[in-house]
Amino acid sequence: MSNRRFHPEQPANFAFNAENEAWARATIAKYPPGRQASAVIPLLMRAQEQCNGWLPEPACKLVAHMLGMAEIRVYEVATFYTQFQLSPVGSKAHVQVCGTTPCMLRGAEAIRDVCKRRIHDEPFHLSADGAFSWEEVECAGTCANAPMVQIAKDTYEDLTPELMDRLLDGFAKGQPPKPGSQTGRTASAPAGGTTTLKEAALYDGSTVGGWRVKFDERIAKADAAAAAAAAASAEKK
Amino acid sequence: MPKQLIIDGKAFEAEDGITVLQACEQAGVEIPRFCYHERLTIAGNCRMCLVEVQGMPKPVASCAMGVSDLPPNRDGTPKQIMTRTPMVKKAREGVMEFLLVNHPLDCPICDQGGECDLQDQAMAYGSGGSRYDENKRAVEEKYLGPLIKTAMTRCIQCTRCVRFMTEIAGVEELGAIGRGEDMEITTYLERGMISEMSANVVDLCPVGALTHRPWAFSARPWEMRKTESIDVMDGVGSSIRIDARGSEVMRILPRNNDLVNEEWISDKTRHVADGLRTQRLDQPYVRRNGRLEPASWDEALAAAGMRLKDTPSQRIGTIVGDLAGAEEMFALADLMGRLGSRNIDCRQDGAKLDPALGRASYVFNATIEGIEKADAILLVGTNPRLEAAVLNSRIRKRWRQGGLKVGLIGAPVDLTYACEHLGAGPQTLVEVAEGRHPFAKVLAEAKHPLVIVGQAAARRADGAAVLATVAKIALAASQGKDMGATAFNVLHTVGGRVAGLDLGIVPGEGGMDTGGMVAAAGAGKLGVLFLLGADEIDMTKLGSAFVIYLGSHGDAGAHRADVILPGAAYTEKSATYVNTEGRVQMTHKAAFPPGAAKEDWTIVRALSEQAGNKLPYDNVTVLRKAMYEKAPRLAWMAGAGAENVSGVEKAAARGGQMANDAFGAVITDFYLTNPIARASAVMAELSAIKRNAAARPAAAE
Repeated sequence: MSNRRFHPEQPANFAFNAENEAWARATIAKYPPGRQASAVIPLLMRAQEQCNGWLPEPACKLVAHMLGMAEIRVYEVATFYTQFQLSPVGSKAHVQVCGTTPCMLRGAEAIRDVCKRRIHDEPFHLSADGAFSWEEVECAGTCANAPMVQIAKDTYEDLTPELMDRLLDGFAKGQPPKPGSQTGRTASAPAGGTTTLKEAALYDGSTVGGWRVKFDERIAKADAAAAAAAAASAEKK
Repeated sequence: MPKQLIIDGKAFEAEDGITVLQACEQAGVEIPRFCYHERLTIAGNCRMCLVEVQGMPKPVASCAMGVSDLPPNRDGTPKQIMTRTPMVKKAREGVMEFLLVNHPLDCPICDQGGECDLQDQAMAYGSGGSRYDENKRAVEEKYLGPLIKTAMTRCIQCTRCVRFMTEIAGVEELGAIGRGEDMEITTYLERGMISEMSANVVDLCPVGALTHRPWAFSARPWEMRKTESIDVMDGVGSSIRIDARGSEVMRILPRNNDLVNEEWISDKTRHVADGLRTQRLDQPYVRRNGRLEPASWDEALAAAGMRLKDTPSQRIGTIVGDLAGAEEMFALADLMGRLGSRNIDCRQDGAKLDPALGRASYVFNATIEGIEKADAILLVGTNPRLEAAVLNSRIRKRWRQGGLKVGLIGAPVDLTYACEHLGAGPQTLVEVAEGRHPFAKVLAEAKHPLVIVGQAAARRADGAAVLATVAKIALAASQGKDMGATAFNVLHTVGGRVAGLDLGIVPGEGGMDTGGMVAAAGAGKLGVLFLLGADEIDMTKLGSAFVIYLGSHGDAGAHRADVILPGAAYTEKSATYVNTEGRVQMTHKAAFPPGAAKEDWTIVRALSEQAGNKLPYDNVTVLRKAMYEKAPRLAWMAGAGAENVSGVEKAAARGGQMANDAFGAVITDFYLTNPIARASAVMAELSAIKRNAAARPAAAE
């Protein structure tokens, strides 16, 4: 992690667009009077989304004024949470590569190398065309499908360097692949198909009520044994 | 309910609501700490105060653990708190090691060296050496204003400074950005802080991350002679410690005094020190052929004494300035009385305060500590933030506890706490007095209402009428509440005024007050005008009067003077001052006056011989005895409050018509209110910065 500061080049001003403005007012209204400052994180996040994924300084100032907070308090929040991007990010995608243990064990470093090769040697730097940027993040929660990257609000899982290349190509063309596993499996279903519960009978309805058969059989067997025993004792007498 | 504890094997009964750290402290067990400070909120982030608590598996941060939160032992025996076990020792060594990981080893070039908490505690609680050989973190310097020099690499992120600025100073400028190892203390976009109290963060800083820029690299703490004294820069009379090396005052620090300043002082109090070295009058001067020329004491005293002797007493006037101590005021008033002059006034600003009404009519009756009891405050013609910054922070302290309503009649100002602006002038005051204003109800319903009236209200031509109305409001508000005079409070802005009023230094029968004397001098009706450190009057209007100036600094008065008698500043004499509460305090001599300058009362005494009317005191003890006879209240050191309410009643009985114009401001430039501050380069810089900062938003709009 490095020092987080505002980017040296900042837009002159910032204002929420009409939709976000209305949303912001509604969000502030959720909190009791005197506690408006609680809305600081949602508002900053919304401002970041409106600004193509990064948070300019005038937006912080605006949020501070909207919430009646000291500017330094908003600055503290914006620099504390790494989810706030304080410098411009790629216009097409900002790639957040998970580097936490499960992903690392499954090859996150190779994914990161793809980012380094295709985007920029350093994180938080724009690619030459300005379309991409990347950073390494902590666990984003799809460990079962490691390694993974997060772009905007979607996760792309089960990556290999080749798949990562394809993913970036897709974003570059404006046709991003479907989020989720990139190997085609559903959610975190076993890779390479199922290994258990494979019998077709399990799924054709023939096993419905199957448990009863066993009991019926057991009871019949017990009844037969009891009858045989009774017959044997009768013979002895 | 008090809680039984066993602290290091000794039984201790802890009162409810205190923390384990406080309990240990009261039991006489020292707990090291960095982030904890008794006057700030608890942060619990330095971990230095770890102790072992019986039954708890891990060490506990004692500063953040309340004694009432300790679960009882199963068998009902008192909880044991241990501070000397191997576990605690190891925890402290571990914390200290972590703190030192990123702390540079630059103590030899650090201004905090010798009075550094980290240094002391590393010696006391740290391990012998370092196991760390990685690179240390480096932090960029920050700009926190002209008073605070930063070396942020030394910062251990205790956040005391952030909490002070937010909670006590009431200026949310400082914050901690980033997180973890990268956490840094800074202001928004490094624009610096503007507060009257900002330099206190340096005292709070337990390491050398924040040091005083004006004193940088000038002295080591152990080289300086420390003298406990009293500040006279404003009416609060803060307790200070003056550190001097040789004959020079190097720095001024606050002293703990819960009754007055807790442990804060304003930036002016602290950084006026360089003003004590510049613009000093270090030898007598006499004006010859229109030019001030250096003279010997004999020449100067003879020139002044001859004039006093030869001038008819009704043509002699005396104006006492803002920084004069009681001793010299008494001696001078005594001399003038013996010469038969009745033209004498200690109210340079023309305040309509009359000592004849009784002491309650001109002091802050509630006392500063009493502010903490208040639940409604009406400010009349005052801006306490500039007039008494430390007192203002006491109001803020009370306001933060909740349940305090503050109303202001006068110029609207930012006071660092919520304040309802009721109106600008006497019209609103009358509405409150007659109960027509909603705030009158607030005062009436309050258990402990205070009315604080400033000099902007008192110094007007109709000041007596304004004060009478304020006194009526105070009396009405305190009716049936057993408050004595404490609802009526006069906020003084200067250090010498209350002592002057206590000594009755106001015009005698038929005598002229300050305005009268200036007018008379301009009209040629005054032969001699004696200025005892009085610089705030318009010197261009004194006509051809022969001006004798006795003071410490070459300010307006000295430039106009015909004879200059160089006196001592408040750090160079042992003199009695009375603060706005009426608390009698004494300064102590921390250094000698420069050059040929002498203590003021001795000059008056020498002059009295030349004027042909020798004062009968040869030493300060005899003088004080005489002074105490004249004003017995001055002998009651350090006490305040409990004045007789009759003073307020008499003030309320004074009538008169109030004009309708709004109350003005007494202090327009906080940093340049007296000759010493005006001589200080630091104060001039601060003043310029504040002016520019005030001009900036206006330009942007």
